[in-house]
Amino acid sequence: MDLIRARNLTKTYKTGTTAVAGVNLKIKKGEFCFIIGASGSGKSTLMKMFYREEKPTSGEIIIGGINVGKLRNGNVYKIRRKIGIVFQDYKLLEKLTVFENVAFAVEILGEKKNEVRRKTLEALELVGLKHKIKSLPNQLSGGEQQRVAIARAIVNGPKLLLCDEPTGNLDPDTSMEIVKVLEDINSLGTTIIMATHDREIVNRLQRRVILIDEGKVAKDFTKGTYDHEVI
Amino acid sequence: MKLFRLFGRSIRDGIKSVGRNFSLSIASISCITITLIIVALAILTSYNVDNFTRLIKKDVTAVVFLKSDITDEEVSNLEKKIKEIPNVDTESIEFESKQKILEDFKDTSEVLQNIMSSWEEGENPLKPTFLVKVLDLTKLKSTVNEINKLDGVEVIKYGEGMVEKLITTFDMIERITFIVVLALIFVTAFLISNTIKLTISSRKREIEIMRLVGASNFFIRLPFIIEGLFLGLLGAIIPIAGTIYGYSFFYNSFEGKLFSPIIRLIEPSPFIYLVSIILAGIGILVGMFGSSRAVRKFLKI
Repeated sequence: MDLIRARNLTKTYKTGTTAVAGVNLKIKKGEFCFIIGASGSGKSTLMKMFYREEKPTSGEIIIGGINVGKLRNGNVYKIRRKIGIVFQDYKLLEKLTVFENVAFAVEILGEKKNEVRRKTLEALELVGLKHKIKSLPNQLSGGEQQRVAIARAIVNGPKLLLCDEPTGNLDPDTSMEIVKVLEDINSLGTTIIMATHDREIVNRLQRRVILIDEGKVAKDFTKGTYDHEVI
Repeated sequence: MKLFRLFGRSIRDGIKSVGRNFSLSIASISCITITLIIVALAILTSYNVDNFTRLIKKDVTAVVFLKSDITDEEVSNLEKKIKEIPNVDTESIEFESKQKILEDFKDTSEVLQNIMSSWEEGENPLKPTFLVKVLDLTKLKSTVNEINKLDGVEVIKYGEGMVEKLITTFDMIERITFIVVLALIFVTAFLISNTIKLTISSRKREIEIMRLVGASNFFIRLPFIIEGLFLGLLGAIIPIAGTIYGYSFFYNSFEGKLFSPIIRLIEPSPFIYLVSIILAGIGILVGMFGSSRAVRKFLKI
């Protein structure tokens, strides 16, 4: 079954530039796929439309039965609760501890206190940071911070995890650690879409690769490597 | 139950965030404090002027002098007729006989007593009077004219001109202080709302992340509103303390009068507590209003 279905998805900014021009895409449940493409190819805009940070100008995108493009501002939270999002710059709250950063995503659902604690610790254990729950983000390394961000993204057990260049700020070894965590999460059934520039990761994982160029799906390999882009 | 928990968490986060954003909180609190102090002064002044005006108005009395040879029967007839005039405060009418006025005069000084004691029986040149107060001071003149037409009335004294001038002056003072207080409250609301906006602008990131992890707009806004409530309440502490202690001190050191015994101040209790409640209310409302307005800006894409 398809988790994501994009049909003729187009985004033209007010400035007149068309970032995404008619993307058709189907992503199945449980897939791990990379979205690659040069800077300015439109992959970031595409990712943003997945979580309704940008509204499509035309076409539609349906995730898990929700027509994301049609969501009104006041209802954006409905899709955000179904997907986890990880960013290059982690986007953690500096003044909250590791535990609080993750717990926050559960609390907003109005869960009971012990349920919040259980879920939070479970997610932090999965990313291997259970021993650092009382630290503040700036006391952690980049890799650890990203793992906190991943824990926050998966704490509510989303069907889909969107990663927008999650390893962009990390060294190769740490990047691989992060990807291993993502693979673990994927093996538990979560669909993962990862936008990246990291050639090594893409080549090593041998997963589906979607190449975006000039706002269109240029290539789509079920078991691809980064090198195809060059060819 | 779920909503209840969300509320609880918002209250907790709101309070925490006052401490976490300490310097900005201090900025908001001091802004609220300063403006509330001015508002407090304005309220104290306007209430006192209002009270003073009311007291003066209450004291305005027309003295109706009657003919010296008036009989008791004529007096009671006259009293009935005066009471029939619509604007007359029937409760306040007081009759003072020649004899009583004489006794009163004698009490005031020894010289008067000596002179008056020499008067023979029946030789009292004083006139009996009615002391009359009116309900509506603005119609005092026409009421006096009506009383003047009655039989047995010789002359009426009520401080013509002087009373009218006082009334218009006080009405004007009352109106001006009211406008000043209202304007100050508006300025305060605007100032506080902008200060809180400033503090929230610096937390754009926080709001952005809240949205990203799927917090509903209501839940994003609630902690900020509660934070605004607490900022308002904290900002009201010094003005309230100042009102309670400052006004009591002021009242006591002047013994309740200002410049002359006529200008009486309002007694501190319960007046200062009422003012305190008003101040706290203004602080809370304006704090909540300010932060809710400020967050709304960041909830639109």
